[in-house]
This record gives sequence, structure tokens and C-alpha cells, in this order.
Amino acid sequence: MGRQIYERCVMTLSRLAFFKAGGSALPGYRLSLTLTLGWTGFFIILPLSTLLVYPWQGGPGAMVSALHDSRMLAALWTSFSCAAIAAACNIPCGLLLAWALARGSLPGHRLADALIDLPLALPTAVSGITLATLYGPHGWLGSLLAEFGVSVSYNKGGIVLALMFVGLPFVVRAVEPVLRNLPQELEEAAHLLGARPWQIFVRIIAAPILPALITGFGLAFARGIGEYGSVIFIAGNQPFKSEIAPLLIVVRLQEFDYPGATAIALVLLCVSLVSLALIGGFRRRFALWSEPV
Amino acid sequence: MSIEVCNLVRLAPGTQQRLLDDVSLKVPDGAFVALVGPSGAGKTTLLRAIAGLDSCNSGSVLLDDRPMTSVKDRAGRMGFVFQNYALFPHVTVARNIAFGLDVQPRAERPSRQLIARRVEELLELMQLQGMGGKHPAKLSGGQRQRVALARALATGPRVLLLDEPFGALDPIVRRSIRTWLRELHDTLGLTTILVTHDQEEALEVADRIVVMQSGRIMQDATPLDLDEQPATEFVMEFLGEAVSFAGEVRHGRMLPDDALVLPFAVPQGVSDGPVVAMLRPYEITIQKPGSEQDVLSIYAAPRGTRNGYRHYTLQLGERIIPFYRPVDETDAQVQGVALDISRSRLFRQGLLCG
Repeated sequence: MGRQIYERCVMTLSRLAFFKAGGSALPGYRLSLTLTLGWTGFFIILPLSTLLVYPWQGGPGAMVSALHDSRMLAALWTSFSCAAIAAACNIPCGLLLAWALARGSLPGHRLADALIDLPLALPTAVSGITLATLYGPHGWLGSLLAEFGVSVSYNKGGIVLALMFVGLPFVVRAVEPVLRNLPQELEEAAHLLGARPWQIFVRIIAAPILPALITGFGLAFARGIGEYGSVIFIAGNQPFKSEIAPLLIVVRLQEFDYPGATAIALVLLCVSLVSLALIGGFRRRFALWSEPV
Repeated sequence: MSIEVCNLVRLAPGTQQRLLDDVSLKVPDGAFVALVGPSGAGKTTLLRAIAGLDSCNSGSVLLDDRPMTSVKDRAGRMGFVFQNYALFPHVTVARNIAFGLDVQPRAERPSRQLIARRVEELLELMQLQGMGGKHPAKLSGGQRQRVALARALATGPRVLLLDEPFGALDPIVRRSIRTWLRELHDTLGLTTILVTHDQEEALEVADRIVVMQSGRIMQDATPLDLDEQPATEFVMEFLGEAVSFAGEVRHGRMLPDDALVLPFAVPQGVSDGPVVAMLRPYEITIQKPGSEQDVLSIYAAPRGTRNGYRHYTLQLGERIIPFYRPVDETDAQVQGVALDISRSRLFRQGLLCG
């Protein structure tokens, strides 16, 4: 009995062996390890665990009723579906842009290269107001589109548009380096063997860039779920129709309904984690396909 | 299938620098031609132009007297093997080889069984039995090389273009694959153009050697002609170690500047004036002393044995000159009074003159 306990202790301790400097060539191993663990602990795990704990303060009953709020479910659906659609739309657009940046040497491609990152740097409220002004019913593009009976403001179309705007750089930046590093000889070889352009794309280029595209999709999707500032100006924010989950959290907070707000946040967190894990799994799967096993 | 290149000019993009300077070349059906030259001579550029991979500013490429304007015209009729093989890393060896057949339009594409059989045939031809299911990364350099060849040959082209195909192989594999390639060329009746910077390799496999320098063809001849009558000093030097002696031709005799080198008679037609005499280290001989009193001013210091030759170095004033004698030459003369270079080729202003 005592021996078993001793063995278990040894096993546990050996798992913790990585705390020791363990022959690593890097100087400051312990320091960097402590910093990393402290950082993730205080800035990521601690806030997230309060988020896990807080909604249950009113008892499980309150939590269950909060989770059955149909307005919340509608908002979550809006957020996730719009983020997914926007990320999916960004894949072809981002791929084309990345292609042009990696292969084309058109005049002004350096400027375009710099502009692509702009949505990341711009305060989201600024992009929101700009989009609302452009695509609003009286905006330059909005009024033009309205003549064709298309409205992209104050509905889900507007949300998708705003999320596409903020998500595009993620796809471009994920795909571009892969395209740049793709040996051009592969395409030339395929061309000489008689492959037509679409066959070259499908058979030669698609496989190596697929993992990058999935990464780009995942990043754009994650950003889309959390996006707030750029969406609310163009979305119209009608409950059950074009209200996104982050906005509903703000609404709940303004109503001093803290458990309600954190309940939404909790669901948002769980679904995001699961979807990111799924995307990561997909990426690894396709990465295995594209690389020699 | 014969290939003809007419007055090809290609400028480096955005500049006036000529990568190919009015290059013309005729390769008859069934020939094995090697393009040789130093780095940057335009060998690969010419090969890529023949394959249609780069556009040229002017000139044309004819295949069996029919002008080729795009890669599409050539697809499936010219096999191209890239320097780094350019195998598709994400598919198996079999799929790599079958690629050229798989991408054909449905109407022309052979059935799946036929493609599989063709791949098996090629794997056997390339001595790669049982490798079909592997990915290229799992193969050795020599195997990848043969997969690339098999892929290029799958559509049954009559022309094979090889861009430094042996560059990344170790010397032993290199030698065996070289002979094997020549056999393949003969069995399949191909017309082959090989780019290499290794002149020995070219001399060994090719029927004809095209020496290039700065985007121009310097000489296009058989290995024998190239050795006997190199068109320029550059060709002479490029094809192997060469020793040069400056001098002057006067009344049909070449008088070397160096007093320790014997004058010799030049062929008729070489006019008087300064010339450069060049020859291979094994073509030099050492003049024996005529009498006891002669000073032995030439002495060859041994430097080991290679490829059936004993290597020596000679001190000639300031210069150190390589000097080879066959190993089985028992009475090799390594001391003497002067050098006999009468087997030299003579060059004037860089060009052969006798």
C-alpha cells in the first residue's frame, strides 16, 4: 500500500520534471517558464474561470432560465451564422488577393499590401461608421444597391459585410506566405504535362494551401464572433433579427442583469472553443494529406 | 522528332541584358545533345525556351518543322525533367507518374486500367518496382530522379529535356544513372537535350556538345571535334585543364616567349604574328638532354595518380604547370632541358587559327 503511494508520488513528480532546467540550451528557462505560466494564469485562465463561476450565483434554476431565453438564442445564432458566412465568403476573396500579392507585380501592389492590414489597425467603431455611411439607405453604395432592391444595411447582410471587412486580412495573411513559398516549378511541370489551369489549381495548388485556408477561415471566424464595434452601426440591432450576441451582452449589462450577461458569454465561450478546436482538427487532418506521410 | 531553334533572343525582364543572344540550333531526330557552359551562360534559359516555359523577345522553336507557340502545343510531346525534379509532394509516386495521363480530356484519356498498366511499365523500366505507393519524400535522390523521368515519359513524348538532372546525386549514383540514361535514350529512340555544367558528363553521354557562353553558342560539335578543334580559348579551357603559352609565329614556326619551351612548326596558313598555344597537360613532353653537359632545368614534381595518369607539376620561371604521363609509361621522362608543346592548338585573339 505504502509502496503504491510512493510509486504514484514518483510518477507525479516525474511529470513535473519539466519544471527543472532539464538540459535545455536556452538560458533563463525557469524564468521564461514562470512568466509564461503566470501570464496565461492571470490573464487568460483566471478571467475565464470567473466567467465559468459567475453565472451560477443565482442558482442553477436562474441559469437554466437564462439559457432558455429565446432572444439570446437568436442572437447567438445570428453571431455564429454571420461569422461563418463572412469567413466563408472571405476565402475566395482572400485567396484571390493573396494570389495577386504573391504572384502579381502590378504597379501599386506594395500599397495594396499595406492596405490589407488596415482593418486590423482601424478602430472598429471607425470601420463600423464608415460601412454604415457607405451602405446605409442613403449612402453612396447603399442608394445604388437600393435601386436594384438590395439592402445590406440594418439586416444580416450588413453584419456579414462588416465581418467580411474585418476578417479579410486574416485569410490573406494566412494564405499569402504559403503561396509565395510554393515552388513555381510544380506548376510549370504540371503545365508541361498538359494540365489546364483549373487542373493545375485543383491538383497542385489546392492541397498545400488548404491548411492555410482553414487557418484563415478559423481566424476570421473567431474574429467575427467577437466583433462588436464595426457591426452595430450597420446591423440595425433589432432583437430576434439582426442582434449579435456581443451586443446582447452589453444590453444585459445595461439592464444590470449580470448573470444573464455572463450566461451569454459562457455559451459564446464554449461554442467558440469547440468550433476552434474543430477547425484546428480539420487543419491538422488536411495538413497530413498535403504533406508526405 | 527534330528540334530547331531559330534566332532566339531573350532579354532579362526590364533590362537590355541579353540572356539569349540570337541563338540558333538544330537537333536532328534521335540525337543526344548536351548544352554545357559556365553558370549564367544561358543553358537553362535556352532549355526553358525550347520547352516554352519562358517567352522570348524574338525567334522561334520548331518541332518537326512545325512552329511551337505555347506550352499547350508542346504538352505531352516534350518531357521535361527539372533540376530539383519538381515532383508533386502530396501524391504518391504512381499518381505523380500518371499525372500527364490523368489530366487529359476525357475523350483522349486512357482507361483507368490502362493508366495503371502504363505506370507499372514505367516503374519497371525505371527499376522502381514496388515504389508506386510511396510519397516522393520517402525516396532517395536517385529514385526521385527516375520518378521525374518516368513522369516525363508517361505520355510517350519523343523529346526529352533534362535540366541538370544529376546535380543533386552522389558520384556513384551519378555515374550509373548516366549510362542508364544513355541506354534509355537509345532504346526508346528519343531526341534528348541535356543541360549540365559538368563537361565530363557531357562528353560521356552526348553525341554532340553545344558550348554556351554569355547567352551565345560558342561551338556545336562532336566531342572529338571539340577536343581537336576548339573554336575559342574559352572552349579549350572549358573542356578540361589546359595550359597556354604566349608566343609569336614567324616564317611558319611558333617561337614561344619562354626560353625553356621549344619552337615548333605551325600548320600552313597561319600568318605571322602573336599567338597563344594551348594544350592539355598530357600532351606536353619533356625534351631529354642531348649531351652530358646540358643543364637539367626542367624537373617534374610528382603529385599523385588519377584516372590512369601520373600527375606532376613543373616549375617554369614564375609559373607552375600541370603535367600528366600515363601510369603504364615506364620510362616517363620527368627531367629534361626544355618543354615540347608541338601538339598545341593555336589561338589568335581568342579564336582558333591553326
